Amino acid sequence: MKHFFTILSHEIRMLLVTPSTYIASVIFLSLMGFVFTDILETYSQAPQASSPADVFFKQFYLPVLFMVPLLTMKCLAEERRLGTIETLLTTPVTTTEVVLGKYGAAYALYAALWGSTAGFFWILRKFAGDARLLEWGPMVGGYIFIAVSGLLFIAIGVLASALSRNQAVASILCFAMLFGLIFGGSYLGDAAWLKSDLLHPVKAAVDYAQVFRHYEDFSRGVVDLRQLLFYLSGTVLALLFSILGVEAKLLHG
Amino acid sequence: MPDQLPTAIAVSHLVKTFSGVTAVNDVSFTVGRGEIMGFLGPNGAGKSTTMRILTGYLPASSGRVSICGYPVTTQSEDIKRRVGYMPENNPLPEDMRVSEYLYYRGRLKEVARRKLGPRIDEVLEVCDLKRVRHKIIGQLSKGYRQRVGIAEAILAEPPVIIMDEPTIGLDPHQILIVRDLIAGLRGRMTVIISSHILPEIEMTCDRVLIINQGRIVAQGTPAALRREILGRSRYELVVACEKAVLEDALGLVDPALRVATLGEPDSDGFRAVTLTIEREDELGEPILQALLAKRMRVRALNRAHPTLEDVFLAATRRSWDVIDKR
Repeated sequence: MKHFFTILSHEIRMLLVTPSTYIASVIFLSLMGFVFTDILETYSQAPQASSPADVFFKQFYLPVLFMVPLLTMKCLAEERRLGTIETLLTTPVTTTEVVLGKYGAAYALYAALWGSTAGFFWILRKFAGDARLLEWGPMVGGYIFIAVSGLLFIAIGVLASALSRNQAVASILCFAMLFGLIFGGSYLGDAAWLKSDLLHPVKAAVDYAQVFRHYEDFSRGVVDLRQLLFYLSGTVLALLFSILGVEAKLLHG
Repeated sequence: MPDQLPTAIAVSHLVKTFSGVTAVNDVSFTVGRGEIMGFLGPNGAGKSTTMRILTGYLPASSGRVSICGYPVTTQSEDIKRRVGYMPENNPLPEDMRVSEYLYYRGRLKEVARRKLGPRIDEVLEVCDLKRVRHKIIGQLSKGYRQRVGIAEAILAEPPVIIMDEPTIGLDPHQILIVRDLIAGLRGRMTVIISSHILPEIEMTCDRVLIINQGRIVAQGTPAALRREILGRSRYELVVACEKAVLEDALGLVDPALRVATLGEPDSDGFRAVTLTIEREDELGEPILQALLAKRMRVRALNRAHPTLEDVFLAATRRSWDVIDKR
């Protein structure tokens, strides 16, 4: 892994000098800002059962569905389209280092963007000063959930980018996979036809992959090892397929 | 020590197939240390595929390739440290500055941080890129981009350099610079270049390898290839006569003199004729005298100096004939 940090620092540097990063950040922060303002307006009108942080992080799918494709679509698809993957892989660098370096950079940006939303809570604390609005539990749980689930979401984006040389195709593929993962679980979880005994193992697997339920557990402060394992194994699998995808395209391209 | 071997590149019985299509078919050659070899062939002949296999980017279907004594299949990491490669079309990132790009590539190629700065200055100087070192690559002209690719290939001072069409799209002045640059590597680095610009290859390369349909159709020095493929000497003649009369006249000069091609007579009865003979010495005067003695009208006679282009066309045509006959 000698070159991992060279690639990682290069990719982060390139992200920082690309205008699209700033456009994506502005869109992300405005969207989340509106969501947060809307939540605060609701809270100012009537008392609510849950804390604002809980409601805020529950909207995680909004930026995930739009930001993750934007952040990751370029990483491998662009290298293949320009042909620079050829010059990259003829240096003493392995495909694993390339994929992990790009994944690391995209994840760092994703984490930094979410990290910047901590500013919203800081402003709330400074101006509202109401302890009831600022429960630590849901907030920390929410950030841990974002950090852990982000590992998988970004890995799915990298996988989509490894499968196509066209950025648009990669982003749509990523959107579809994320949509399936986030909403597919809850849709299938409610499906009546899965309730038969015959399909019990499928039902168990679907129940295990309920992203929204994972979030609820995290926000209540329950960090379940099985859920961590779900995201970590999913991440490893997606990255493994990305590496194999890049190498398979070399063999058959 | 494999690095001290006199042979830098050894390829034996290399075969590469892509889903049933054979791109490279039983190719064998060696390149000595410090030698510059030109790789010629029509489009789709298998040049780029062979070069990619040499760099370890593509795996071969069968055969053996070793670079500086290291086999490509089992020690591709060692190969990648010893090869500077510039792919076809010279892909470069659009949004980086020239010096940034070279620094990044230097780090990937494991050039020590301390040595990298002076080395970048050196390659920028050699490739005449100093003026554009802070420019963004996407905004550079084709000639500059091509030189950035070459600078990148020689950056880590690898013992072997492989360049796929390094002079494509350059103007004559830039071609001259690149040619001098490549010639300057002679003796220090082993270079393989492919090109469509045949005079380029002829001027810079010690040896030429012509490949067609995935097979080597000729290899050797440009002069040796000329002799092998086109015969030793060629004479071009424009004369008004019948074929039989001409052959009689030529038989008097030397019975080995052959009529290689015979053109159709024009309105005045003149036709273009090419003669070949295995002799090296000058036969122009005896031929002319023999023709005049037979009272033939002669418009032109000259000894042809075949270029590599003629060799290339003849060699590839010859291989097409062989393929057609099968």
